[in-house]
Formats: sequence, C-alpha cells, structure tokens
Amino acid sequence: MTKDESDTNSDLYIPEPLHRPGDTPDFSHIHVRRNDNLEQPDVLVDSYETERHAGGLIRVMDMQGVASGPWLPQVTPDILRKGLRAMLLTRLMDDRMFAMQRQGKLSFYLKSRGEEAVSVAQTLAIRKTDMVFPTYRQQGVLIARDYPMKRMMCQCLSNAGDSSLGRQMPTMYSSREYGFFSISGNLGTQFIQSVGWAMASAYKRRDDLAMAYIGDGSTAEGDFHYALNFASTYRAPVVLNIVNNQWAISSFQGIAGGQSKTFASRGLGYGLASLRVDGNDFLAVYAVTRWAAERARRGGGATVIEHYTYRAEGHSSSDDPSKYRPNEEASAWPYGDPIERLKQHLIVIGEWDDARHNALVDDLSTYVRDTYKEAEALGSIAAGTGIDPKTMFEGVYEHMTPTLDEQARVSGVGTWRE
Amino acid sequence: MARMNMIEAIRSTLAYQLQKDDDVLIFGEDVGYFGGVFRCTDGLQETYGLKRCFDTPISEGGIIGVAIGMAAAGLRPVVEIQFSDYIYPAYDQIASEAARLRYRSNGDFTAPLTIRTPVGGGIYGGETHSQSPEALFTHICGIKSVIPSNPYDAKGLLNTAIETNDPVMFFEPKRLYNGPFDGDPDKPAMSWDSSELGEVPDEEYRIPLGEARTIREGNAITILAYGTMVWVAEAAVRSHGIDAEIIDLRSLIPLDMKTISASVEKTGRCVVVHEATRTSGFGAELAALVQEHCFYSLEAPVQRVTGWDTPYPHALEWHYFPGQARVAAALEQVLEAA
Repeated sequence: MTKDESDTNSDLYIPEPLHRPGDTPDFSHIHVRRNDNLEQPDVLVDSYETERHAGGLIRVMDMQGVASGPWLPQVTPDILRKGLRAMLLTRLMDDRMFAMQRQGKLSFYLKSRGEEAVSVAQTLAIRKTDMVFPTYRQQGVLIARDYPMKRMMCQCLSNAGDSSLGRQMPTMYSSREYGFFSISGNLGTQFIQSVGWAMASAYKRRDDLAMAYIGDGSTAEGDFHYALNFASTYRAPVVLNIVNNQWAISSFQGIAGGQSKTFASRGLGYGLASLRVDGNDFLAVYAVTRWAAERARRGGGATVIEHYTYRAEGHSSSDDPSKYRPNEEASAWPYGDPIERLKQHLIVIGEWDDARHNALVDDLSTYVRDTYKEAEALGSIAAGTGIDPKTMFEGVYEHMTPTLDEQARVSGVGTWRE
Repeated sequence: MARMNMIEAIRSTLAYQLQKDDDVLIFGEDVGYFGGVFRCTDGLQETYGLKRCFDTPISEGGIIGVAIGMAAAGLRPVVEIQFSDYIYPAYDQIASEAARLRYRSNGDFTAPLTIRTPVGGGIYGGETHSQSPEALFTHICGIKSVIPSNPYDAKGLLNTAIETNDPVMFFEPKRLYNGPFDGDPDKPAMSWDSSELGEVPDEEYRIPLGEARTIREGNAITILAYGTMVWVAEAAVRSHGIDAEIIDLRSLIPLDMKTISASVEKTGRCVVVHEATRTSGFGAELAALVQEHCFYSLEAPVQRVTGWDTPYPHALEWHYFPGQARVAAALEQVLEAA
C-alpha cells in the first residue's frame, strides 16, 4: 500500500455473485412482471426502437401459465405439445446420459436442464433449412428436429454408431442434414462463422437463415464482437442468441460484464435489433424468434436475443456446482422451470392434463431407456468403442498424405498405399 | 506469354478464379475499391462487382471466421490478411476451426478457403510488417502451407490453392512482389523482366501442392529454401562458385520429401535457409527430416541459416536478414566438414 486509504477513492473492484454456498438464495430484487409493457414492433423497425426491449424482459406467460400480451404468438396446441415433448425428451435423455457417465460408460456429459425452452422453442420457430450454430447446450435443437436419438447416444458413447467416428467429446454433435453445425469446444468461435454462413445464404439469394448461440460468459470473447460487427456491416440474415444462464462454469454473469448493462443491450451499439426474453417462457422465446427470423428474411438483418434463464445443473459431469453456489439457487429462480410452465399453460388452455402428461413421461422414459440399450450395444468407452484405429489418420485432409500414411504404418494400423 | 511481376500474376489468377467460379469471393482489409495495399486485387471489384471483391472491417478473426462459415456453406472464399504480422487474432479460427472442421465432423462440414498473406522483411517494415510466421501454421494439422518464390509459381500454386478442398495458407514474400531479391539492399531493385520465371503463360495451369522446384542443379551440397531466401541462396552460390543444388520447396505442407531425399542422398550435405526466426522454425523440421531420411548419406551435420531469435528490427533490418554472407559461410562450413 503506497497511499493511505483515506487519500483516495481508487480501489480495484472485483464482482461477486449474490449467493455463495451456505447462503439462502434471495431473488426478491427481481420483480417478476408480466411483460415490462413491451409492445411487439414491426419487424423492420429501426434497431434503436428496440432499446426498451433490450433492457426489459419480454414475457408471454405468467407464472400460472396464463398467456397474454402483445407478444402472444399464433401457435397451435399441436406445436406446443411437440415442444413440450421435445423438452421432456431432452431432459430425460440428459438424465439418462448423465447417469451413464457416472457409471463410466461415457467420458463426459453436459446437461441443459432449465434451458430446454431456448433450444426447442427456437427450433420450432424457424425452418428446417435454417442452419443452427449451436453451443454444447443446444441438444434440444436436434431433438426438436427429430434427429435419431440413437445417433446422439452413439456420439456420446463414442462408439461405432457415431457418424463422427468418436473424434469429438460427448455432446459435440454435427449434422449438416439436420441443419446443425459441427460443435466446437472452443467457445464463441461459431458465432462469427454463423454470420459467414448467413452472408453466403444472402449472396446465393436463398431464404435460409443462420441462427447462432453463445453463453453469457463467452460474450467476452472477441468472436462475439466480430459477429455483431460483421452482422451489422453486411446486414446478414442471422439470429444471434445469447443464453444468459447466469453461470459460466463457476463464474457468475457479472464476471462477463453483466452487472451494469443487459447482454441484449450490447447489440444496440452495433445497430442491431436487440431483444431480451424470459428464456423459461416457451411462448415468449417462440415469439421473439419468429420476429427475428421474419426480420432477417425480409432484409432487416440480424437480431440479438438475450435469453434470461438459469443453468439448473452443473456445467458438466466434471463440475460440482455446490462448491461455488447454493444448491437451492435453481429452485429459487423466480422464472421457474420451462417444462412445468409450458405444461401448466397447456392445461390452462384445456389442451393437456396431468394424466396425459404422466403417460407421455412414461412413454418417453421407456423410449430413452430402450434407445440407450440399442446404442450401448454398439460399444462404449468402457466396453470398447469398436472404432477402427485406422480411421484416426483419415479426414485430416481431403486426401491421405504420404506423411500421415507413414505415421499410420509406423503406428501399426496399416497403410493406404497400393 | 506475358511478362508479369508477382502482384500481376496473383491478380490475374484471382481474376480468372472470379471469372470461372461464382462461388469464389475475395475480401479483406482495403482489398475492394482500393485494390489492396500491395495492389493484388486492383480492379477486381470494378470488373467483377461489389459482392465478389469487398472490404472488411479491420478484424482478422472476423475475416477468417466469416470465411469459414461461407466455405462451410459452399462458397470458396479467398481472403487477404494484409500483413501476416496481423494474423494472430485469427489464429484460433484457423488452428481450431478451419483446420479441424473436416476431421471433427468426419467430412460433414469442410472449410475450403485460401488465406493470402504477405510475409518476410526487407522493406523496412519493422517488427509488425516483416514476420515470417509459417511455422505456426505448418505445425497445425489440417491446413496446407504454400509459399511461391516467383510469378510463374505464384499463378500455378494459387490456382491449385483456391481449387483445393482443404484450407490453404498462401504466403506471399512481399520482397519478391516486384522482382527477385538477392539479399543486397544496396543494389538497385531488380524487376521480374530479368527472370524467365517472370514469364507467365496466358493459359491457366496448376502446380500441384507438394512438388518442389529444383532451381539449380549441383552435386556438392543441397540447399533447402523457400520464398525470398531462394534468391539469396542462389546469389550466394553464384558469387562463391559453389556446386550447390537449390531446392525451392514451394509448398511446406505437403512437403516434397522425395525431391529432398534424392538431392541430399546425391550431395551428402545440406543447408536449410529461411528468413523466419530460428528456434522451432520450419528449418528445424527440415533438418530433422533430412537426418531421419538421409542420415547414412550425410557427410556433415545439417546447418540452418535463419533470422535471429529477435523481433524483426527496423534500423538493424540488414543485420537481422540472413543475407548472402551468412548463407555462404554456412555452405563453406558444411562443405569443409569431413
């Protein structure tokens, strides 16, 4: 200390979260309101007209499941039931795979509990020809697009049924056919790539969008800035989603600069329409995504959407959240659980009931269990993956190279030479 | 047949690719209306339109990230990083994304993009306009690295690079843009008019990646070089009357090991020359490969002539640059070794 403390106001500030283990979670400072009086503007509105939408919170459902307000989307009960089913399936698969990770069948797993509405509602609000650039917590996108669950499970088991030959950690899916870009474990990189995809789509005069995801923590990466800047410069048809689930492994969102301004408001500085939505409100997520997609398709360019939600589980199977936050924080989250809320809404509008819900959960649980058995029969890290070691040397380049061929020969797996 | 410098050879190749394939897009800092700080894209926007050749924000990470997304979507972007010294913000996108997209997705997505970037010093560019970072890319599997030393090769290699379905780093030795350079800054600049490699056929041709060019045949010693140093080595050999074989690698990844081995087995001696800093430079890889493949033919240890392990200095540029004297000294030492 070179100066007496009384001489200066200068001091280094380090943000700290509201609660640490041992604290009783208290979110009473969050005033849960219906919709912050946020109207739904015309989709081609000037970006600065969304300033209040970037600072407030767009909601459709109240906590009793009653939907109303200017963002109430036109959506059939069938779509909502499809969404409910996909969210349930996502959660049941997550639970199953996490348990199997604990049994040593797979090396790693990442759940999306509490955030299922973001992936599922958004996927149902865009077209199948739109390319999604996901993070590793968007498994709900594949499920909502009816991707074969067995293939997802085989990917997680790193076995012979994995179309990517076990080259990636579990949950790092890829499917061009299902509009799901290859996931990178390096955070943020896909955000700017999605802008390139969207620019290509526009150059080709196609109607297809790109839709990308980034976490609250990773908005601190340069790729986030690149993406917003390029999307604005070239008016790219892309939907740029920030999933603010409050936690980046053990760092709360304040460590990414979230304390002084909403993440959505970052978009305004780039001249992008920016919306902040209750990420646990299926109808609101659906509505803002429809709005952003239509804006992009009509030439209005990109929209930044912050999904305000909560990561209800640890970061991954390698994480222990009780070391850095109270276990009760998830249940105290004032915006509830996305599955429970959509279920309640369907019941309120007379399109669902507990008996049907329980029957669906039973059906899906059986389906997940049976599908897992089929997947595991093809191998696992524990029992042997069944992946031919020779494949390790393939696909680094389009064609085999003499160098790799020689390394394969030395390693004992063979050669491609005649 | 036309006389061209390397800038004209590159520009005409880019024009041909734009003409041939609607999926080819060119972008980067100042490449559009202005035509690039080295003029490699001069006139392309005017001829082929705003959407085919355009300016980007000053954002190397953004340029490469966007190019990857476009390439994955089916386009064939050819981007310029204005100086290779500026490429580091894009390193994550190149090393972690472009290079690995094919592998990690098992061919589901690929990134066929070409990254053009000027390298090397000798233009008083100081530490931020002179670097030769090729080894940072040859170390990354999944990308190819190419470096022409003359207009003829620049055209043939660039055509191949753009049409290759893997990401390619295309390093352009900026000291060679306007003419060959023998390493002596006090001599008047030479033009490519004086070299037969400045004769660039009008018809399109491709030079396969992974085929070296033997610049000069010889029996006493093999010199492995690329880029600017090809011509410095050639001048050193000529002025000292050394019976050296000079191999211009042209492509570092893939590498023409056959030509290298055949030459070193013939001469029994080898010197590796590059402008980049020494430690963990590509010369280390070459020296290791030569001893792995040719140890029993070698009559002397392999030597490296390189830039020093310092930042590229401005005022002391010619003390840093591995000129003819350093090349000749190494050649004589290796030739004299028992």
